[in-house]
Amino acid sequence: MPRQAFAYTTAPELTTSQRTRRPVIVVGAGPIGLCAAIDLAQHGVPVLLLDEDSKLSEGSRAICFAKRTLEILDRLGVGERCVEQGVVWSLGKVFLRDRMLYQFDLLPESGHRRPAFINLQQYYLEQHLIERLSELQPIEARWRSKVVGVASHDDHVAVTVETPDGRYEVECDYLLACDGSRSPIRSMLGLEARGQVFRDRFLIVDVKMEADFPAERWFWFDPRFHPDQSVLLHKQADNIWRIDFQLGWDADPELEKRPERVMPRIRAMLGEDRSFALEWVSMYTFRCQRMERFRCGRVFFVGDSAHQVSPFGARGANSGIQDSDNLAWKLALVLQGAAPPALLDTYDVERIPAADENILNSTRSTDFITPKSAVSRRFRDAALQLAQTHPFARSLVNSGRLSLPHTYTATPLSTPDRDPFTTRLRPGAPALDAPVKAADEPAWLIDQLGGSFAALYYAGSAAPDGGVTSRLQALERLPRPVMPRVVCAPGRAEQWRATGLRVLEDAQGLYASRYDATPDSLYLMRPDQHVAARWRHLELRAVRDALARATANQVEETATWAA
Amino acid sequence: MGGLNSTPNLAAPDDFYEALIEAHRGLTEAQSEMLNARLILLLANHVGDMNVLREALEAARAGLE
Repeated sequence: MPRQAFAYTTAPELTTSQRTRRPVIVVGAGPIGLCAAIDLAQHGVPVLLLDEDSKLSEGSRAICFAKRTLEILDRLGVGERCVEQGVVWSLGKVFLRDRMLYQFDLLPESGHRRPAFINLQQYYLEQHLIERLSELQPIEARWRSKVVGVASHDDHVAVTVETPDGRYEVECDYLLACDGSRSPIRSMLGLEARGQVFRDRFLIVDVKMEADFPAERWFWFDPRFHPDQSVLLHKQADNIWRIDFQLGWDADPELEKRPERVMPRIRAMLGEDRSFALEWVSMYTFRCQRMERFRCGRVFFVGDSAHQVSPFGARGANSGIQDSDNLAWKLALVLQGAAPPALLDTYDVERIPAADENILNSTRSTDFITPKSAVSRRFRDAALQLAQTHPFARSLVNSGRLSLPHTYTATPLSTPDRDPFTTRLRPGAPALDAPVKAADEPAWLIDQLGGSFAALYYAGSAAPDGGVTSRLQALERLPRPVMPRVVCAPGRAEQWRATGLRVLEDAQGLYASRYDATPDSLYLMRPDQHVAARWRHLELRAVRDALARATANQVEETATWAA
Repeated sequence: MGGLNSTPNLAAPDDFYEALIEAHRGLTEAQSEMLNARLILLLANHVGDMNVLREALEAARAGLE
């Protein structure tokens, strides 16, 4: 397990009396802070990243990264590295005692670049993100730099940083607190996260072994090797297996972490004759909680600092990366003067319901796994027993409802549908992937969206006419440019080539079906690849208004645009 | 479509009642509780309609506290 260290250097602020003002300071170089820093830098925003440590995280910690997260990591330039190294899985199995109750496939349809999930140790994700970070000029990472003071003012945030060489102050326009569930910045600002603590303890271990178990999520209720409790098994990269043992509230955390207590539990599970090595042991309890608001003036709480869930459902790191995905483009537009600060309020509007959805799912899973009363336990056991013979009861068995991206249903940034569409995709939802051909090469739709506003124009089999071509080209000249993409039926790209527009062939017709696309229909996609608006016909005025809406600009005030 | 039907709906109420009690015969208290729990889940799935189920939960709880 790598515990790579990053070099500390003395901050220039310690040797000069000059106070510097940064556009953005990100505090915390875990997966969320790293993603936020990279995303901002890709949008051209200089970032100062501060972390109190100088090493990658210890132990596997967050291990399951969901499809939408992988798509975000693709946009950030590390998706391929993660998927190559990670263990791809989409099948989950649920056992009661020694018997499999049922199995589920999280990605039953093909035609997506990324799988439902990969398992990858958090330290590897961090390693890939830090590598990517070093490729981006506008990021300055400072290690062993602990934030010990934060003062939020009307026009800036003052940050006090403690280093091995002393303290200094630095200012920023905006501060991103990606400093984890115990967020010191939250405390410094006198804020708190409220919620429910679960009276249960879990032992988590990373075990290195050669084993031919398939790459699936296995969850046991009341297994013979660990009676009355639950156990979760996941395969990770490098033949590391992650096992979570439920121990109950009365377990002694210090005692249970000792190898002489841990080894017998693993042997009981894997068999006496299997050889393995213990890599990492930890104990955890958890809570479902969130802050009342994730934005406090010029300070934004992102990831675990803003909200915390139980691990069942893989909703921690995944939702944190989606927070960052939501915030980065908004901050960039506001800093560039292309959107009013009101756009930043929509971080709360969009991400608080996402956190609530995660907390709801996580709380329900936890109540099933750790029943809080005798009657709750009775119904849990009844559901498990019935699940062996009655298919309906399998839907009640809850070993974690696995992370899916949130659809922003009540956001002011979306333009409500004016035209009828019949698809599960809707304004506020993240893009759905589909296989396409770009310049005769196989490609994926989501990768063609990039990180700016994009318009997906469906041409079907139609040849370009001058009107359509010039309107699509005009999108690139809007005050906030929109990148046009023409999607056409298979084999129809050639006729569009002379227009100079980027053309994607709908290789398997999946764009047409997943987007319910008819010729001339248009989707406007946000920089975070969520749907902003869609129409049956391309109308520039409608696109311009939707774009104003999606950037929190007044729709009436965008009249400077000329057709 | 109405909600919970609490007007008489069983063709042979005495037969049902006897069968319900009979189903518990010879079971320990814990086994009986499990039978009840399973029965509720089976019937809830049969009903399906969440509004009906909510009304039934309310009606069952009424007056208990």
